[in-house]
Amino acid sequence: MRLTQGAFSFLPDLTDAQIRSQVEYCLQNGWAVSIEYTDDPHPRNTYWEMFGQPMFDIRDAAGIMAELQSCRRTFPQHYIKVNAFDSSLGRESLRLSFIVGRPDKEPGFALERREMGGRNVQYTTRSYAVERPEGERY
Amino acid sequence: MQQNSLSNGNGASKAKSGAARYKAGVMKYAQMGYWDSGYQPRETDILALFRITPQEGVDPIEAAAAVAGESSTATWTVVWTDRLTACDRYRAKAYKVEPVPGSPDQYFAYIAYDLNLFEPGSIANVTASIIGNVFGFKPLKALRLEDMRFPTAYVKTFAGPATGIVVERERLDKFGRPLLGATVKPKLGLSGKNYGRVVYEALKGGLDFTKDDENINSQAFMHWRDRFLNCMEAVNRAQAATGEIKGHYLNVTAGTMEDMYERAEFAKQLGSVIVMIDLVIGYTAIQSMSRWARKNDMVLHLHRAGHSTYTRQKNHGISFRVICKWMRLAGVDHIHAGTVVGKLEGDPNSVQGFYNVLRENANPVDLQRGIFFEQDWAGLPGVMPVASGGIHAGQMHQLLHYLGEDVVLQFGGGTIGHPMGIQAGAQANRVALEAMVLARNEGRDIWNEGPSILVDAAKHCAPLKAALDTWGEITFNYTSTDTLDFVPTPTPA
Repeated sequence: MRLTQGAFSFLPDLTDAQIRSQVEYCLQNGWAVSIEYTDDPHPRNTYWEMFGQPMFDIRDAAGIMAELQSCRRTFPQHYIKVNAFDSSLGRESLRLSFIVGRPDKEPGFALERREMGGRNVQYTTRSYAVERPEGERY
Repeated sequence: MQQNSLSNGNGASKAKSGAARYKAGVMKYAQMGYWDSGYQPRETDILALFRITPQEGVDPIEAAAAVAGESSTATWTVVWTDRLTACDRYRAKAYKVEPVPGSPDQYFAYIAYDLNLFEPGSIANVTASIIGNVFGFKPLKALRLEDMRFPTAYVKTFAGPATGIVVERERLDKFGRPLLGATVKPKLGLSGKNYGRVVYEALKGGLDFTKDDENINSQAFMHWRDRFLNCMEAVNRAQAATGEIKGHYLNVTAGTMEDMYERAEFAKQLGSVIVMIDLVIGYTAIQSMSRWARKNDMVLHLHRAGHSTYTRQKNHGISFRVICKWMRLAGVDHIHAGTVVGKLEGDPNSVQGFYNVLRENANPVDLQRGIFFEQDWAGLPGVMPVASGGIHAGQMHQLLHYLGEDVVLQFGGGTIGHPMGIQAGAQANRVALEAMVLARNEGRDIWNEGPSILVDAAKHCAPLKAALDTWGEITFNYTSTDTLDFVPTPTPA
């Protein structure tokens, strides 16, 4: 399967030039860019690991791209995403988030059903990868 | 904007005072104190703008005063019991009357209402006054409520949207692009099993949401429990297949509040992130469902079923921008607010006015978009507008241009009617959307380059190519009935 979280997962994987122009767009808007990675891509895993702090003070796309390369070297088989945070009043949340790195093989998720009374079913989504310990998943 | 307000004229509109004011009998509304050209609205007043069309021979100022009177304290004759109240304060005051540009028989009447006339946190109470009796008033040929201003003091008596745009995005973990939806079609007749099939295919193919239509409740061909069970199987399977949060707007509209609560509880028990109601359930029911949704971490979708009966005709009824304000206060998270380019009524500037009312922290006066009052939302979360009705992937650049990013784009026929199937239809829409957002962020001129951006994206997506081949040329160019009165004045270059 292909994990389709993030804003651009239905497009072919973005090139570095494409990623860079998205980063420039975020910086032009005054947003803070951050990089996160995980080997637990469950749809409700809202806390991926932070690769350093959000880069509030880096206003140059080259600096952010260098951080991204460093993250990719450290975690070549993890999911990696670029986020842009907008601190303006009334938003104070992410404005853009897109995947820029993924493992070679994406095993996906199983859907478990717990049959309750009547026809009622309780659903649980389980990632195949997390059956192995953190760091050994992909 | 040059405006000529009408003044008092011959003195027939001057308010009477003392014993003369309370002499038994019938008196002009203006003389009873419902017209005050010198009135400066207080910061805490609720303001309303009406479009009035007086009957032949009726003075527009007297007509405006009558509207103020009938929507506040007045009746048709003088009553001495007014003198037992602080009636000067309770009387609504028409304070400005202007001719409508280009419509010689119509006038804009500005009316101010004291805050104490209204119960805190009740749309039912506001509407019982403002649109309660007055729309049937005989001296008027027609009456339309064009806009309202709610003071911060009153806004703060409402909790507002149960979830709001920002929290909805955080809950769904989807940022930086419009959300995508589709309404299941045919809207009536499918069995629960077949209905859930459409939901599964559309969500797995790439949509974020699917939707019950307004009139899917609990009919012989599909009872509500069966629909909920099948839809949630589809939602959960699509979620596991894609690794993304998905949702189906389960319509909980029913004949009684008890039934609606029962259906909403079942949706929650099955793990749905969103439930849906129709505008026809009424303002109080909407506020009750908003309270329920807030308490149960549920996004609340509102389908504006029925609104065109009173929002579409320019001279009579209620402008949809007022409905948007009421619904933001009442606390829905989604509301259908027009597409500009689709099959349903919607002039571009009017629709952008509705979207601004729903989404912005504050609205400045913007006559070209039909916004007559400044409105501060005082921290009330924004409502996500929903664009639905006759839109397709080939219009993606226009949709993004007109409607922006915080919007749900709903392609019903444009998904389910795809020649290669529902999954392909969903995929075409998602690819078109992502390609357009990417290009916009890169600084490209999507308004002009849109069609070629779509053609390029279709090179790696056969379903998008098929969608463009099927619907690329379809447009709905009809003249709007609800047009704006103020047009931009061309300035010499």
